[in-house]
Amino acid sequence: MILEELAIAVETGDMKKVQALIPQGLADGVDPQDLLDKGLLAGMAALGARFKAGEVFVPEVLIAARALNAGTVLLKDKLVAGQSVSKGKVVIATVSGDLHDIGKNLVLMMLESTGFEVIDLGVDVPVEAVVEAVRENKPDILAMSALLTTTMAFQKDIVEALKVAGLRDGLKIMIGGAPVTQDFCDNIGADSYSPDAPGAADAALALLS
Amino acid sequence: MPNTQELYDARIKRVADAVQLIEPDRIPIVPVFQAFPVYYMNKWTIQDLMKDYHKCTEVYDHLYDHFQPDLGWDPILFYPVNYMETTGINWFRWPGKHFDNSNVMYQYIEGEYMKGDEYPEAIRDMTKFMMNKWIPRSFSKLSGLAKVDFRNSMWFGHMGAFAAFSDPEVQESFKALFKAGQELMDWFIYLGEYQAHMKEKYGIPPLYAGFAYAPFDMIGDSLRGTKEILMDMYDHPDELLELIEVATDFAIQDTIAGSSGKATPYVWYWLHKGVDDFMSKAQFEKFYWPSLRRYITAVADAGLTPVIYVEGSYNHRLEYLSEVPKGKVVYDFEYIDMAAAKKALGGHSCIMGNVPAYTLSYGSKQDTIDCVKSLIDTCAPGGGYILDTGTMIDDAKPENIEAMFETVYTYGKR
Repeated sequence: MILEELAIAVETGDMKKVQALIPQGLADGVDPQDLLDKGLLAGMAALGARFKAGEVFVPEVLIAARALNAGTVLLKDKLVAGQSVSKGKVVIATVSGDLHDIGKNLVLMMLESTGFEVIDLGVDVPVEAVVEAVRENKPDILAMSALLTTTMAFQKDIVEALKVAGLRDGLKIMIGGAPVTQDFCDNIGADSYSPDAPGAADAALALLS
Repeated sequence: MPNTQELYDARIKRVADAVQLIEPDRIPIVPVFQAFPVYYMNKWTIQDLMKDYHKCTEVYDHLYDHFQPDLGWDPILFYPVNYMETTGINWFRWPGKHFDNSNVMYQYIEGEYMKGDEYPEAIRDMTKFMMNKWIPRSFSKLSGLAKVDFRNSMWFGHMGAFAAFSDPEVQESFKALFKAGQELMDWFIYLGEYQAHMKEKYGIPPLYAGFAYAPFDMIGDSLRGTKEILMDMYDHPDELLELIEVATDFAIQDTIAGSSGKATPYVWYWLHKGVDDFMSKAQFEKFYWPSLRRYITAVADAGLTPVIYVEGSYNHRLEYLSEVPKGKVVYDFEYIDMAAAKKALGGHSCIMGNVPAYTLSYGSKQDTIDCVKSLIDTCAPGGGYILDTGTMIDDAKPENIEAMFETVYTYGKR
């Protein structure tokens, strides 16, 4: 019952309700892992599905993510490490010379709410830094964003640099950003292109299935 | 061979015909060039131009020697670095200072320059809020304005209010403002001179009389930030609507006063946050469109021509766009199904667009020709169409730009 309530509170972006329900659940002896998986994340997943269906939009995702974060903060010390099952690890970045982060952050939010572990390298990330992050974190997926015709070519440079570094095999690469197209994705040898954030989460699932 | 005055008059009429939904002698071409002139000439970098705007003359002459659009940019997009340094503007990152690469375009960084709980004070006294909070937060060299408040000068309060000017921080800020004002005026004079030169040498009319923004975006882009304003629709809905109304009132006054009586009547509105994904139709109807419609209508009624530069996807907004005066507004689309746009707005408002940036940067010459022909086939019948690129053009292939112009000149003829 409280898990359903919690899920609905996240789905409707009701942060205060989440902040009231988590302590209540813990006091009632509910497993913290259930509060996370069957409460908070279940609510976010339900909202994500409605976002994909075009029933809700970015504002609803933002307030839901805020409610979700408020809940996870309260659960932080209660969870046993390693108990969460991740759908996969993603490294995400906006490429060199490009400071646009809205699209990247939306994709990040959708990936996290779908159950991926996401490592955010931020914006204006040089080619070498992306390669280094892949080497270090060994992600399943690398996701890259570029919003300018002058910076999208760095997506190609990164694919090439990963090949040279011997890191391309076994890694899936997703790209996106306003000027980017499926044609460009095919040309540079990336694995997947998505025009929007919900599509990116679907594409990530498809790449690893 | 017509002289430049005849070319100028013909271009003015060609665009005006398209706006008024009369079929012109050929489709007007008005591409929004951003960094392209710099890359095309390949002599100076963007950093060079921002450091010394006089270099823009050579760069733009090189552009117009090769391409003659029906309305043309002066070099206004290359903001002078001296002005930005003098004011310590916080919301730009530019080549040479923040980017190692001297030849990338400057970029805008959003910040939360008004907190969510500051709506009431901004609504109550916008001038005081802008002077004491927004300006000091936006411009690091103008921090002293936070200490100036003329409201308190009433009766003997003037002694306290004026004494604030003894403060070194206040004095430094006003010195910076005097300097910045002169730098801006020198630049504006240069831009005016370039427009006169464009007319004399090439017969190309200026693209703009002024610039405008959707009231929702004025607050979202410069006061709150994207994420914040989208959540404000839930957290502060009434205050947001009230501040939008305040902003709309002064935007209308400012645009009409600042843009009337110029060589061309075009006021460019840059739209950002009302796109398909960023809000629902219900939110667009409540928060975004009414103030924008009021702003567009007031400016059109004043005899100016709003050109609505729609950034992002607007496929689900078309039904609203005809709620403005007929034959007086242009919609320039970035990503949209132009056939649907023509269907929704044909016979009501001129549409503009949208050769994709990807085609121009990565496609072939033939791809470009095919795209331009298809756009003309779709949008030209019955009048009310101007050809533009989808996004502002940076590093397009010159041969594709050439093909775009050539196809309009030939295939776009009546």
